[in-house]
Amino acid sequence: MDDLHPYMFWLIAPLTGLCAIATVITQNIVRSATWLLFTLAGTSSIFFLLGADLVGAIQLLVYVGGTMVLVIFGVMLTAQGPFITMKTSGAEWAISIVAGIMLFAVLGFGATHYVRSSAERAKETVPENPKDSRNSTTIGQGLLGVPVGPSDPKMPSQTIHYLLPFEIVSVHLLVVLIGAAYLARTKRRKEEEAAP
Amino acid sequence: MNELDPLLGYLCLAALLFTCGVVCMATKRNAIGVLIGVELVLNGANVNFVAFSRYHPNFQVEGMIFALFVIVMAAGEAAIALAIVLNFYNNHSTVDVDSADELKG
Repeated sequence: MDDLHPYMFWLIAPLTGLCAIATVITQNIVRSATWLLFTLAGTSSIFFLLGADLVGAIQLLVYVGGTMVLVIFGVMLTAQGPFITMKTSGAEWAISIVAGIMLFAVLGFGATHYVRSSAERAKETVPENPKDSRNSTTIGQGLLGVPVGPSDPKMPSQTIHYLLPFEIVSVHLLVVLIGAAYLARTKRRKEEEAAP
Repeated sequence: MNELDPLLGYLCLAALLFTCGVVCMATKRNAIGVLIGVELVLNGANVNFVAFSRYHPNFQVEGMIFALFVIVMAAGEAAIALAIVLNFYNNHSTVDVDSADELKG
């Protein structure tokens, strides 16, 4: 598996990047949503390749299965006539592409600098296959309040767990549910008042 | 050619996804296109988190948990943003973000 890892990466990563670029440059919103679907699927296979099985599965379930359905519903409900293809002017394209290339150069330079500067230090500490503490049991325990993660050598009594963010996210999803239902409901009463 | 660090490839892929998302947000005039750009940006951040959980010794569990939180937040954000877009479409009969200028000073 580890011998295949670079080949799989160079198979999946360019495909994902090409799908992302196609998402940007296509003018048709329906095609853009479809390219986004392929990009999300490619990202989830990147997660599987990195050994993060739970994150990859949740990416497939929540993103590809849930968020994409939301986006496609939005496209279907609003895609009428002129809104399917909305042209962007050439000057805006030029400015955006120049800004995008500059941003990519800055990010790539930062990543290269980080990898180069931390290469010597990381070679000694990183185990080759850090799989023992990365299974889904550890993640579930961390979300339920069991201390996970490395202990700080300065403060060994300090424990890290993620029960409070988990609860906040739960309440946040409830608020999102109520808010979305309130915002997207049809306002029939106001139209009836305005009609006569 | 010396051996390329595998982390660098993942970081460059994340940078490409992030850049595509920012350019998508800047160029699309359709409000749902802007939302698609936001999804791309969040995916780039997620690739970074999971790559560091694989290749950084102090970030093994944290990277994956943060990635899960980002996915959940992105789902909520998409729901709220689509509700706002549909509300705007019902009121103005357009999804062009250029016409959403009522709050312009």
